[in-house]
Amino acid sequence: MRVLVCVKRVPGASGRVTLTEDGRGVDARHVGWTVSPHEESAVECAVQTVEADGGSATVLTVGPEESLDQMRDALAMGVGAAVLVEADAESWGPADVAAAIADVVAASRDAGQPYDLLLFGNEAGDTADFQVGVRVAYRLGLPVVTGVKTFEVKDGRLLVRRDGQDGVEVFDVPTPAVLTIREGGVVPRYPSVPGRIRAKKAPVERVTPTVQPVGNGRVVLTLPPESTKTVQILGRGSDAAPAVVDLFERLGLVQR
Amino acid sequence: MSELPSRARCVVIGAGIVGNSLVYHLARLGWRDLVQLDKGPLPNPGGSTGHASNFIFPVDHSREMTDLTLDSMRQYKELGVFTESGGIEVARTQARMQELQRRMASSKAWGIDSEIVAPARVAELVPYLDPSVVIGGFHTPSVGVVDSLRAGTIMRERAQQMGALSVHAGVEIVGLDVEAGRIRRVRTDRGDIEADTVVIACGVWSPRLARMAGATIPLTPAVHQMISVGPVPQFADTVGEITFPIIRDMDTFCYERQHGGDLEVGSYAHRAILYDPEEIPSIAEATLSPTELPFTSDDFDTQLEQALELMPDVLGNPAVGIRYAINGLLSLTPDGAPVLGETPEVKGLWSAAAVWIKEGPGVGRTLAEWMVEGTPEIDPHSSDVARFYPTQRTRAHVRARTGEAFNKTYGIVHPAEQWTSDRDVRLSPMYASERDLGAVFFETAGWERPFWYESNAALLDKYGDAVMPRAAEWDSRWWSPIINAEHLAMREAAGLVDLSAFNIFDVLGPGALDTVQRVAVAQMDVPVGRVVYTPVLNEAGGIKSDLTIMRLGHEHFRVVTGGLHGNADRKWFADHAPADGTAQVVDQTNAFTTIGLWGPRARDILASVTGADLAHDSFAFGTCREIEVGSQVALASRISYVGELGWELYVSFEQGARLWQTLLDTGGPHGLVPVGIGVYGTTGRLEKGYRAHGAELDLERSLVECGLARPKVKGQDFVGRAAHLEQRDADPVTTLCTLTVDDHTSADGTKRYMLGGEPVLTVDGGPITDKRGHRSYVTSAGSAPSLGKHLLMTYLPPEQAVEGTALRVEYLGEQYPVTVARVGATSLFDPANDRIRG
Repeated sequence: MRVLVCVKRVPGASGRVTLTEDGRGVDARHVGWTVSPHEESAVECAVQTVEADGGSATVLTVGPEESLDQMRDALAMGVGAAVLVEADAESWGPADVAAAIADVVAASRDAGQPYDLLLFGNEAGDTADFQVGVRVAYRLGLPVVTGVKTFEVKDGRLLVRRDGQDGVEVFDVPTPAVLTIREGGVVPRYPSVPGRIRAKKAPVERVTPTVQPVGNGRVVLTLPPESTKTVQILGRGSDAAPAVVDLFERLGLVQR
Repeated sequence: MSELPSRARCVVIGAGIVGNSLVYHLARLGWRDLVQLDKGPLPNPGGSTGHASNFIFPVDHSREMTDLTLDSMRQYKELGVFTESGGIEVARTQARMQELQRRMASSKAWGIDSEIVAPARVAELVPYLDPSVVIGGFHTPSVGVVDSLRAGTIMRERAQQMGALSVHAGVEIVGLDVEAGRIRRVRTDRGDIEADTVVIACGVWSPRLARMAGATIPLTPAVHQMISVGPVPQFADTVGEITFPIIRDMDTFCYERQHGGDLEVGSYAHRAILYDPEEIPSIAEATLSPTELPFTSDDFDTQLEQALELMPDVLGNPAVGIRYAINGLLSLTPDGAPVLGETPEVKGLWSAAAVWIKEGPGVGRTLAEWMVEGTPEIDPHSSDVARFYPTQRTRAHVRARTGEAFNKTYGIVHPAEQWTSDRDVRLSPMYASERDLGAVFFETAGWERPFWYESNAALLDKYGDAVMPRAAEWDSRWWSPIINAEHLAMREAAGLVDLSAFNIFDVLGPGALDTVQRVAVAQMDVPVGRVVYTPVLNEAGGIKSDLTIMRLGHEHFRVVTGGLHGNADRKWFADHAPADGTAQVVDQTNAFTTIGLWGPRARDILASVTGADLAHDSFAFGTCREIEVGSQVALASRISYVGELGWELYVSFEQGARLWQTLLDTGGPHGLVPVGIGVYGTTGRLEKGYRAHGAELDLERSLVECGLARPKVKGQDFVGRAAHLEQRDADPVTTLCTLTVDDHTSADGTKRYMLGGEPVLTVDGGPITDKRGHRSYVTSAGSAPSLGKHLLMTYLPPEQAVEGTALRVEYLGEQYPVTVARVGATSLFDPANDRIRG
């Protein structure tokens, strides 16, 4: 199965979010760049799919040259090839990105190298638009399942299980198809040293998009007021153990 | 949240390894009402301590750093946080193998058990290492890892248990108030604390804090990359944090060390990535911590491949993942040493910065002794914050030098190696002339100083083998036989030496005599026009400095001291000036330049440009006076550091070039040549047995031991007098001796010449240890061309300090026979000082 997994370079989100001076972007100086946890899971799904069923996995991003860092992370995890759609993605909207990706997928199909499975993160790590996967599927006329945590490949079809509010939804999806992946179903692997070295040397296909971007319509970003944290000391030494157990129980981490 | 006290005996800012060990030792030495503040949470406030790899290799080429490290290891062991793992520095190249032999020499010199091992032995100790990649190793079994956070917590809690300390986390410093040159108060977001003593132990943030008080702590936050990979199957059955020895892959500037089930790979090989303290993210902004920044993987690519080469079984395993990778921030300084001591700008404000885990507790103890008693057991002079001159405190200098220094962390650094960045900063008035003469410049305290002159190359033919040429590249790196030729020419006729790097300051006022009398060991109540060479002691009788003082007037003394330590000397005099302001210490370094004129023809040369009476009786040794040289006025001082008749000539800076040229032109026909610092600092000095601060003289030595004690002690009180009197009554533990090398021939037939720092051994090759536990090692080494010998200075215990005793010196893995040629200060060359009298 030929799998294409799409990722987006976004600022790390584990520190306090700081905006750039013009207020139109996030300042990544201190937090670095990454992809969302959903996309890390999508990459892991792509690698596992190829490991189980053969085929190939390719990572794609729409973005600047620096996005190579994020694609190399995917390559280090076991993805075999990379496609960089060179664009100033900052000013692009989800529809623009989806159009560019759809063009690449269509061109591949027309060249006799069709992708069987397109994987996306459920939503972007920074803007959380929930759009690109669905829009790509719509443009290409492919079936799409969103919010997927795990799936299996069976006889060229996808068996997708998704937790719903009142039970488990099961989809039987023909390929080619689009899945948007949520974190939590698979554990993304750490890159190995040989993987990292391989990633550095892996070729990258560069594509110049023909899309006329309509833009993202974003005027300015504002930050919500900071929530103040309070610290409660549960105790000191072994005397604190019961309080810790109580807390874990309340959080659902342990059961009595 | 606990209330901050409004007053404190001392405020220590920072709760990393340094601040924590400092508060403990201050408490132990009796200080109370200590307050420790940190902006971050405890026990890991987010500084460099929190992400340190926490391993300790004790052997360093610097004795000061080694002693601080050994003391730290003792403390970590006592705290119960030390795990011995052993450690091996491996070599991939022959050049590195030679460097490992130098490490071996340092380990023997400082008394640490180490051994050179073959690749097979390395692989036996570290089975996941591919022995075919290395050609040997330097194994130190006492290497280990520590829990620096736990150590800090214990030390802090001990100080609290003594009732000496209150600790406040989450407190941000917003200001440091200075009044009349003295620290008065620490302002915080939770209130102000009045204090006369404040310590900045803030690691990478220290420069920012110092600036709040108008002081400088010259360091740069710099990235050290580290990754952690796992789970490593080879570690599955091991217990605890570490079982296998730590590997330093020296040629790739990387280390690999077990950390539980993971292997940490750290690097000093990537490009220097320097930060400004203002650029460091706050705790809230940071992803992991303010000093664990996002990993830039491109910078680590080469190291990954090299590490994979060395440890293919671990790192080549696809199931072993890179689980953690950071650009960790640590503190780098322009010369690599820590930044300790009271800042020269602000009384009562101390720096405890640029300290690594390996020396943290030792620094804490040393600094506490310095603060409380004034007499640290380990001499921290190389780490003294006062060593930096204004040009060396600038951001541009600090960035340039730390950028250059970073890749030297695991580098092979020759003892005389020169910096390439930020040169040509302090130039003497003779600089243009010197450049035209082909001077090879070395840097001291920012000054460019000629070490030898290529224009003197013709002298090599004249003196032939007497210049003692060196065949081995290492011995002759940063050296030239021209130095020895200049030496012989000076002894034959005369030499002219640029001494502009001298640090010069005046002590003025009605209290001037009392001030210099109190600081100097020698009698300073001398007639105007006398020049006095004197040691300077601390209260414990340790040697703080040695320098000359000219009495220029009833209330006017001029102190001349070396550039390297001169800034600290000036601070010492200023600190001992009376509080009532009756004596002032005024820097004159940049007002005067100094030219040395020495040699048997010196009087003839000077006489041909001045009408002054230069006869021996009328211009006696140890006197100074102003003389006219044409239309110039020079202060001529008849002393010598090279053992020849002659003068130091002080002229105002703008006149230096002309006086230099006048003397060169006039002296030429007399055989005068320009002579570099290679002669002044080494060959001339060693032949005369003159001691140098930092080599033979430091706080850990006494005047009795170094042979500088005078027959009588002056009646007036001076700093260190009581201790000095006691030292005179006791039998010396060790005595400074001069050795001659009897045979330089190495196993391959090349003649080898020691450079200093080598262990001195018994004829059986065993170590020599004095009663204090100090090993004997070469404090200074160099040619003595007039004696045709290579001389070594070393301290020896009484049994060996006997002239004629046969000993050995180990140099780069081989031992050479040496003989004790002189015990004490009497020189081997011209012992009666006839030549100085002229």
